[in-house]
Amino acid sequence: MMPVFDATLCGLILAVALAAVAGRDVFRAIVFFIVYGLMLAVAWVRLGALDVALAEAAISGGLTAGLFLVAYGRLAAVGAADEPAGLLNPPAALAGCGLSAALGWAWFALPQPDRPAPQLAEALPRSGVENPVTAVLLNFRAWDTLLESVVLLTALIGVLMLARVGAWPGRPGLAQHVRPGGVMAGFGRVLPPVGLLVGVYLVYVGAERPGGAFQGGTVIAAVGLVATLTGAFRPPAVDAPGWRAALVAGPLLFLLWGLAGAVIGNGFLTFPPTLAGAAILAIEAALAVSIAVTLAVLVLGAPEQAARE
Amino acid sequence: MADLTTYVLTSVGLVFFVAGTLGLLRFPDVFTRLHALTKADNLGLGFIALGVALQAPSWREVALLAVIWVLALLAAGTASQLVARAARAEDEDSG
Repeated sequence: MMPVFDATLCGLILAVALAAVAGRDVFRAIVFFIVYGLMLAVAWVRLGALDVALAEAAISGGLTAGLFLVAYGRLAAVGAADEPAGLLNPPAALAGCGLSAALGWAWFALPQPDRPAPQLAEALPRSGVENPVTAVLLNFRAWDTLLESVVLLTALIGVLMLARVGAWPGRPGLAQHVRPGGVMAGFGRVLPPVGLLVGVYLVYVGAERPGGAFQGGTVIAAVGLVATLTGAFRPPAVDAPGWRAALVAGPLLFLLWGLAGAVIGNGFLTFPPTLAGAAILAIEAALAVSIAVTLAVLVLGAPEQAARE
Repeated sequence: MADLTTYVLTSVGLVFFVAGTLGLLRFPDVFTRLHALTKADNLGLGFIALGVALQAPSWREVALLAVIWVLALLAAGTASQLVARAARAEDEDSG
């Protein structure tokens, strides 16, 4: 039974991917891209990679889709949403094929990786956590995760730079108008508490089971977006001090702890086993806050309302 | 007995999904299509969740399935209201 399911899933993923890149309607492409992200998440579940599945569903299916929809809305607002005539966009097609070919080449060129199970099982007790994925992300390969969190912050700075002079320093994004007592307003009051619970749980449980700062942070960002779009919450102006503290809390704590490792441990970003568990929990919590705020503001965009009402 | 009930309940759920999909493809306008879609979402998912719940090893899974169903209801209900309102606004604009 399962081979049939897997074959169907693979076929659907390919078909949806094709539908997303072929076709000229931008909105249609975005919808197919969202479906593609969800299908990939199911595929990761089938491969037993629950952490990747969570990240895929939250980031690709949820957040990137949100970014695309916002971009589409802005393109439509200036009348640029319609793709120009012509079935094929040669530069984009060439770039896409080139990227696929390079990835395919890399796939065959790389040595077959050994399953890291024995070494990982041996090192896991020293990592401070029980979830091997979290152990790799926050301890053994902490450097990569630190840089990822800095990349996110850099992307946000790039977006905030797009603010118009008169709008700075206002609230991020456009003002939201919601009918009081309507469906949207009700939804915005019911969903956020549940979503917040799920997000915080995902961050906390990351030490033992699938979850972690990126997955939980993305869910919390989505909660913030729902609350903002439904008018239940007004984001503070971009120059509010607490706001900026939240943005840098994760990367900063990560960096400080890395430096502390250089002093009391065996070098930069090395965690002494006795302190590793508590340190990882603290870093994950701070990272989740930073990721949540960064992603939410990325979707809302640079300030566009008059700065001071 | 539990297995048989699971088969029956999930089959009923699948029938609702198939019927909802057919309606989504064949019905003439946005409002009837939304009607078909919400039937599939609400009843189809409800029957499947109920059927799967009979196989759950503990009450924790049953509770999680119930929460999933309620959240799906909430999201589907809200989304269909918003789509319907957008469609009506468009109708009024054009007609």
